[in-house]
Amino acid sequence: MNLILYSVTALLLLLSFLKDREKTKKALMKAWRAFENILPQFLVVILFVSLLLSILDHETIVRIIGKDSGWIGVVLAAIVGSVTLIPGFVAFPTAALLLEGGAGYMQIGAFISTLMMVGVVTLPIEIQYFGKRLTLYRNTLAFIFSFIVAFAIGTVLEVVL
Amino acid sequence: MTTLVKRYSSFLLVLVLLGILSLFNQELGTGVFNITVMQLKEMLLVIPPIFVLLGLLDVWVPKQTMVKFMGKGSGLKGILLSLFIGSAAAGPLYGAFPVAAVFMKKGVTFSNVLIFIGAWSTTKIPMILFEFSALGAPFALTRLLIDIPGIIIISFLLTRMIGKEEIEAIHERASKQ
Repeated sequence: MNLILYSVTALLLLLSFLKDREKTKKALMKAWRAFENILPQFLVVILFVSLLLSILDHETIVRIIGKDSGWIGVVLAAIVGSVTLIPGFVAFPTAALLLEGGAGYMQIGAFISTLMMVGVVTLPIEIQYFGKRLTLYRNTLAFIFSFIVAFAIGTVLEVVL
Repeated sequence: MTTLVKRYSSFLLVLVLLGILSLFNQELGTGVFNITVMQLKEMLLVIPPIFVLLGLLDVWVPKQTMVKFMGKGSGLKGILLSLFIGSAAAGPLYGAFPVAAVFMKKGVTFSNVLIFIGAWSTTKIPMILFEFSALGAPFALTRLLIDIPGIIIISFLLTRMIGKEEIEAIHERASKQ
């Protein structure tokens, strides 16, 4: 995926350069400014995420979102998903492991959904772009919506399996 | 120089606090350090092309074009396009915010910007392929079927809840980014 992203970017950059050097220079300047603008927040967020991931290990997660944890487990799973920021290629195999290790589908559904849609640690970055109100509303709605997702996944998988 | 220190002051503060924490709990300190390095690597891998693409988009694509495809009156076409662009993205959600800012600058409607953000967060194609293999088709398909209407409904709800004035303020902010 990264290869595609890089190839496309390189190709477009080359085309742009061949067509208009000045505009390309301007585009790169804009890219750098936009990046540097958000860099301080990025760095803080990365440190916090690292701290969180160091504290929460697999066993802790299994303990709180096991199959028999019911709706309390779903709520806890949703909270864990909201405060963590794990890349998908780590999250999905972890979720699969958790399921094998006795976590419930409904709980995992809530965890995956909030993991993707709700970002507590990235709030400062989101606020910088969208302001406090929208950021708060978006994350709250996404959190509530994750329970619908969890319920649907729990119900469907009970029928399928 | 002083402005530079000021802008990075929270980062420096957290860094110092983590340093002190590591003195008391070395294991935790090394853990944090290793994960930070891993995350920085990921960030440096995915983030630069996104920002370069943004710069190119900003310079080359005229506002009228973006308005035509994703702006006012773009209707279903605009919604589908926003879903598609968000789904084709790579990288963590925070990568979507600068893109959203440029979209707003170019006249994309607010609800389409939110649909784009929703798609980026949940229906990214490479991630879904991964989800299929890790958690199975029933899990991935159910989530997808609920998420797509969910993203659209949430974006319209948010647009309603926020109101015109706030949306204008957010656009204003985006134009300064």
